[in-house]
Amino acid sequence: MTSGSVTPTVIEPAELTLDSRPRRQGRLKRLLIVLGPPLVTLGVFVGIAYLVSYVILSPDRRWLLPPPHDVVKNGLLNGQHLHDQLNALWDTAQVSLAGLAIAFVIGAATALAMSQAKWVERSLYPYAVIVQVTPILAIVPLIATWFGYDFTARVVVCVLISVFPIITNTLHGLLTVDTQLHDLFKLHGAGRIKRMLKLQIPHAIPDVFVGLRVSAGLSVIGAIVGEFFFRQGTPGLGRLLDLYRAYLQTDLMMSTLLFCCALGIASFLAVGLIGRQLTKDWYEEDNR
Amino acid sequence: MSVDASIDKRGATSSAAAAGEVLSFRSAGKTFADGTEAVRDVSFSLRQGEFLAIVGPSGCGKSTLLRMASGLSPETSGQVDRSVRNIGFVFQDATLLPWRTVQGNVELLAELDGLKRSRREALAAEAIRLVGLEGFEKHYPKTLSGGMRMRVSVARALTTKPPLFLLDEPFGALDEITRGALNEELIRLYASEGFAAIFVTHSISEAVYLSSRVLVMTPRPGRIVAEVTVPFDYPRSPELRFDPRFSSVAGEVSQALRQGYE
Repeated sequence: MTSGSVTPTVIEPAELTLDSRPRRQGRLKRLLIVLGPPLVTLGVFVGIAYLVSYVILSPDRRWLLPPPHDVVKNGLLNGQHLHDQLNALWDTAQVSLAGLAIAFVIGAATALAMSQAKWVERSLYPYAVIVQVTPILAIVPLIATWFGYDFTARVVVCVLISVFPIITNTLHGLLTVDTQLHDLFKLHGAGRIKRMLKLQIPHAIPDVFVGLRVSAGLSVIGAIVGEFFFRQGTPGLGRLLDLYRAYLQTDLMMSTLLFCCALGIASFLAVGLIGRQLTKDWYEEDNR
Repeated sequence: MSVDASIDKRGATSSAAAAGEVLSFRSAGKTFADGTEAVRDVSFSLRQGEFLAIVGPSGCGKSTLLRMASGLSPETSGQVDRSVRNIGFVFQDATLLPWRTVQGNVELLAELDGLKRSRREALAAEAIRLVGLEGFEKHYPKTLSGGMRMRVSVARALTTKPPLFLLDEPFGALDEITRGALNEELIRLYASEGFAAIFVTHSISEAVYLSSRVLVMTPRPGRIVAEVTVPFDYPRSPELRFDPRFSSVAGEVSQALRQGYE
């Protein structure tokens, strides 16, 4: 009984340290939960690569799947090869960014026009769908005929492949404004233009970024895929890949592939970050 | 000077409405394009500075009635006359713009009306003070509670100093306690600002507590089946709700609602 009144004072400091420890552990645990599984998967794949490379493939056929450390050594640590790949990365990044910017302007303008009248939406939407479903490689020869074989043509491919998500998401944002808000604006004499500027466009911003995030990844794909056909101007990642293929440099093809992925992921994350920064005061964080 | 100006604004009568009336419905009805009859043969008038409540079950056309009153949804039969153009509409939801701060939201209507920045700021500051939200000017709606958002919505409507308020179940989504507090505030604002108001609700006690006259509506199509006069003076205090006379008026409204179903 007497110890009961003593214990709190004894336990208190211990509780304090206990209190801060789970928190730190909690953070470490969370990090482990987030990063652990994908890292394990990566380990498994790297292991399989080594297994195939050293056990299954005979030395003279090892080039088919070079061991991962060769990819790192020749692709990322070799100065000349790294230089080539970084230059190509920069080139592809420019093309995809230009494509995304133009797709944004065209997509947003189309969505604005569609939001103003049902007949505009009805006249344009089927063609937006057609642009979306047509295999991009099937139009590439035509684009080459019209726009040549360098920067412009590559950007056009990016625009075609990435414009659709921007149109649909922006349109959704513009059209889902609460009717009560439209009423309020109308009561104070706000016409279409005023409602578009002060109500519909700000309301659509989060949706615009949802579309942009998808389009950012698509635009990178367009920039790389287009290059397998357009062989003029400075080389990007796609042309570099094709070049390494011609010389059977599988290790360099793989390291270039890593750069392709990195560019796609970086665009996706960058657009997401800009969108979140812009709207963080407006809406609750989406938590899954 | 300012008194003259406000009288001029509020007293502006058109030939259609009788003197002293801000709004009148004469056998007004509304049938939508798809054939749905939402409101049938409604007649009533609203005097300057009168607080009218409309009670009815969900889906009885109360919201349509308010949209008709505001002119947003023109009547398809009969006639609706307004002697005022400046109407304060408070919706079921707070309908704030999430990308604007409290200040920005409250300034919205003055901005749409084309007022100068300094005037907008002054009007907004006064309205924010009236609803007791000083100190929250820079907050975004996201950070406010439901009750506070509704106050912002009321403040926004107050900035234009409307002689007629249309309130469409404005406190319906709030909890009982917040709702009671906002009822007090509305009474206080009504007493100090002297606007006319139509308050739509499905709460009988809210209707009786706020208004000097209750219209009872029945659904499909919405019709006015009874009118109950509420004899209590303003300003009213919360104790009124426990007064036996209050109960008897509420009972009268309740009975009329039930009869409407038969």
